[in-house]
Amino acid sequence: MAPALVLAVLAIAVLLGPPLGTAFGLDGERIDLLRRFAAPGAAHPLGTDELGRDFLLRLLEGGRISLLVGLAGALLVTLIGTAIGLLAAFARGAVDSLAMRTADIVLALPLLPLLVVLAAVDPMRLGLDPELAGSAGLDVARIVVLVALFGWPATARLVRAGTLSLLTADHVRAARALGASPTRVALRHVLPGLAAPIAVAATLSIGQVILAESVLSFLGLGIRPPTPSWGNMLSNAQEMLWQAPRLALWPGLAILLAVAACNLLGDALAERADPRASGP
Amino acid sequence: MRAYLLRRGLETAASVLLVAFLLFALIDLMPGDPIDLMLQADPRLTSADAARLRALHGLDRPLLERFLAWLAGLARGELGFSRLYGRPVAEILGPRLAATAVLVGTSFLLALLLALPLGAIAALRPRSPLDRLVDLLAAFAVSVPSFWLALLLILLFAVELRWLPAGGEPEPGAGPAAWLRHLALPVLTATVLGLGPLLRFVRAGLLEALREPCIRTARAKGAGTVRLVLGHALPQALPALLAVVALQAGGLLSGALVIETVFAWPGMGRLIYEAIMGNDYNLAVIAVLVGTAATLLANLAADLLHARLDPRVRPG
Repeated sequence: MAPALVLAVLAIAVLLGPPLGTAFGLDGERIDLLRRFAAPGAAHPLGTDELGRDFLLRLLEGGRISLLVGLAGALLVTLIGTAIGLLAAFARGAVDSLAMRTADIVLALPLLPLLVVLAAVDPMRLGLDPELAGSAGLDVARIVVLVALFGWPATARLVRAGTLSLLTADHVRAARALGASPTRVALRHVLPGLAAPIAVAATLSIGQVILAESVLSFLGLGIRPPTPSWGNMLSNAQEMLWQAPRLALWPGLAILLAVAACNLLGDALAERADPRASGP
Repeated sequence: MRAYLLRRGLETAASVLLVAFLLFALIDLMPGDPIDLMLQADPRLTSADAARLRALHGLDRPLLERFLAWLAGLARGELGFSRLYGRPVAEILGPRLAATAVLVGTSFLLALLLALPLGAIAALRPRSPLDRLVDLLAAFAVSVPSFWLALLLILLFAVELRWLPAGGEPEPGAGPAAWLRHLALPVLTATVLGLGPLLRFVRAGLLEALREPCIRTARAKGAGTVRLVLGHALPQALPALLAVVALQAGGLLSGALVIETVFAWPGMGRLIYEAIMGNDYNLAVIAVLVGTAATLLANLAADLLHARLDPRVRPG
């Protein structure tokens, strides 16, 4: 389980790194214009950025945001996808075909152009007060909502297909015959049987959401500076590409590691859940 | 078949209309509407002037009425004016569409040319070292952030080696060599981006096709590996491949947005981004709508072709 190990190391590093830095008197926010673009050394393992901030600490703080967005986004995607999939499978008929046709269309849409348009919506015009509208928390919430809006179809399809096949299983038919309500059947008898595929889909979603966050932040429409995220650190690095090419390396490597680990972990979980699905 | 064609056609048309309405409705939620900008630019304007201007441009009408008027305009080919570029939107779109088509088309073709042989090699020898290598390549391609890959390529080929330009477009009147030099890095990035899913689809599709009894028969009759794949397995896998590949059309446009922005390539993706960042929402909405319609039409075409080629999925 190398991918799980990579994710665990990343999570521990971003959780413990910043508090440890503070304990040793380091501050990721501290600007030191006399030490701009310092080379990696004992004081700054990855050097400093264009404002003289310690790059390793920035990287770990950015990782907190990026991983948080990935987890929260994947959670919402999974919740919405599971709910829609269950609803479609239990309701059948018009509700089912509407949900699945919508899923088909959403899957086909050009995701990023639509995300870019939606991310540009002015939160103040939605009735939020200006202070909240400019906060980092809102940036996170906005990305989570946006990716959930477009991310649910894969999970919904999977849950629907799984539910339909479980509804013909003996123990589920017995529960229904004994008069269990659809809600009870769904929660007590169907969902536990779908735990493995849902876990696989959720793991894959984490990687997708991290990738989406990084792109949006890179384009300046996601997490906005001074709050660091791996994506917006790279957009900064692009401007400094000729002076400090070093800065472009680490945030991207971190994204690649996190996303690849999620994808490989998802594949490994899928194989464990159903060894037949992955070929001879 | 005709009923299926009609149903899918209507569905596509309805989706495009729905997306058009949602995009149009979003304009009201964007920061800085045109009248506000006029007010800021000219301090002599009073709020009465603003109300008059809103009435003049029909901005005081209900949303649905404005949408229908806008739609009727689009149908007549009146795409409006771009504030950002100071030109009619219709004039801007043409060259941008062509630039994106060149970028996306070339990289898609390259990705397909790489994915077919690599996927076939992997499918012929499942679990072999070669298969694992192809799997690793696919895993890298689906996990790497495209803009980071683009930055790395710029670092290597433009900053370090100085072989290729870091971005932009050739000067007007430049020869094909200049075009190729400017296209090289964006195309390379987009090819890697497209390669990931394609490799997996080709491998999975061929793997399934190679299990069919007819393959065993062909092999027993002495067909060679090349003939087996090209003559027997690929034709079987192709219709289903076509359908999943068409789903990548949206992904290609998403990729184009990032790649064109990093490399300053003058295509649709960068146009959408610049229009949004420049508060030019009429241009942004029309560009996104054109992109969405193109994507959904590509899917429709693939679905119909799939149904035509593969009798198993043809609905009654």
